[in-house]
Amino acid sequence: MTWRVLLARLATALAITLCLGLIGLPLVALLLRVPAATLLVRLADPLVLAAIRLSLVTSLAAAGLIVLLGTPVAWLLATRDFRGKRVMEAVIDLPMVLPPTAAGVGLLLAFGRTGLAGRALASLGISLPFSTAAVVMAEAFVALPFFVGAAAAGFREVEPRYLDAAATLRASPGTTFFRVMLPLALPSVIAGATMSWARALGEFGATITFAGNLPGVTQTMPLAVYIALETDLDAAVALSVLLVVLSLTVLVAVRALPLGPAGLRRAHRDAR
Amino acid sequence: MGRRQFALLGLALLSPPRTAPAQAEPIAIFAAASLKDAFTEAGAVVAQRRPGFEVRFNFAGSQQLALQIDQGAEADLFAAADDRSMRTLGEKGLLADPAVIFARNRLVVIVPAANPGRVDRLSDLAKTGLKLVLAAAAVPVGRYSREALDRMAGADEFGPDFAARVLRNVVSQEDNVKAVVAKVQLGEADAGIVYVSDVTAPVRRVVRQLAIPDPYNPIATYPVAVLARSTHKPAARAFVDFLLSAEGQQLLERHGLLPAAP
Repeated sequence: MTWRVLLARLATALAITLCLGLIGLPLVALLLRVPAATLLVRLADPLVLAAIRLSLVTSLAAAGLIVLLGTPVAWLLATRDFRGKRVMEAVIDLPMVLPPTAAGVGLLLAFGRTGLAGRALASLGISLPFSTAAVVMAEAFVALPFFVGAAAAGFREVEPRYLDAAATLRASPGTTFFRVMLPLALPSVIAGATMSWARALGEFGATITFAGNLPGVTQTMPLAVYIALETDLDAAVALSVLLVVLSLTVLVAVRALPLGPAGLRRAHRDAR
Repeated sequence: MGRRQFALLGLALLSPPRTAPAQAEPIAIFAAASLKDAFTEAGAVVAQRRPGFEVRFNFAGSQQLALQIDQGAEADLFAAADDRSMRTLGEKGLLADPAVIFARNRLVVIVPAANPGRVDRLSDLAKTGLKLVLAAAAVPVGRYSREALDRMAGADEFGPDFAARVLRNVVSQEDNVKAVVAKVQLGEADAGIVYVSDVTAPVRRVVRQLAIPDPYNPIATYPVAVLARSTHKPAARAFVDFLLSAEGQQLLERHGLLPAAP
């Protein structure tokens, strides 16, 4: 082995160690900070329980909304070519890189009671800011790209000949989608939905800006962590640990799924 | 990238950053969110007077800043909106000098110019269905706001259940005072309680103010201290000296703060 190869290996090993340290150390530090006994006591606090309940309800609602509205978008992007497709893809991806606080300001200016669409809503007696519905909207906004990206990739992997076969059997486009395309892409769709749910669970900036912060109504777990930082570091750590455990469970579960037709093929190959 | 460029990049990464002009003293000032405008201007004035003086500000809730300093953030000076966060740092031996009060502040109720909640006097804060935004009880201004409501509840004019009725109208507990201002400024909240100093010229154009009379108005005191771990103590002390000077006090007053001495 020449010194150059050795150097390259050392550099690679160092980079990997630093990378894992960057992500792993904060997690370890959080886990070390709170002993299990007080963790449970902290989590039993009524305000904490309210935040946990609200987080679960809103993030699941957001994931449901995303699947409902995002599936047609993913199908369109995966199966059709049209003018402005690139722009549409970029717009859908934008919430992934946009600072969430900026997203929150945008949501306020659009759906606030003096906002673009908000004024019309207000005349119908609907006021979104400071409501639980606003939390769901903020979470759906930032988590949508995680679903659309994964679902579109899944739809794209479905072999066209299956769809052609369905068409020759005179299946309607709707039947083809629900009986052929969706089942074949289901693992990707489920993985995308789970990822978007996990992202919604961690949403902070857009929520506090658009929905505000009120225990039981709009104070989700990430907001409770932030507010607890002002007074009670231990409570903040306890909630953070819970968020870490929940999110990690979700991400590990997603990896256990065979991801899309590609994953299925891999599973077949592994089986042989 | 060729090997040559790669080597050059490595060298660039390894060599120390080019040093700034000899007397540069870039100091980091951690200050309560309500001090943003006043301190930004004060920093510019001191920089004009003191060659090489450079300042980096970190504005946030006082407790949050205290936590960051406690956890080892590199800060030279800390200015808080209440004694509590400063005391925590003092008890941990993190202050180089004892804290001094450099300003005081009062509370005021603000409502959007269009006044959608029809808030014309303080008692209107208890109207059912009003959308009131306060700072969270954990941040100084949130604690002062609740104290003001409690004091009002003690007066015949408002009645003993006044504070409870007002608190029922709270639709959001913001994590810092500027967020309260923003929600009222955008017209999303019907009313909010903030510091007088937060109602800056641009804010005044879009909100109405309702004064809170002295007996109900808890006066916030702002302590400042140079931090023990500071590596730029002379520059940090120069900034404190400016705040306490007649000129500095006038500058703070222009931003709606009250002078340090009553």
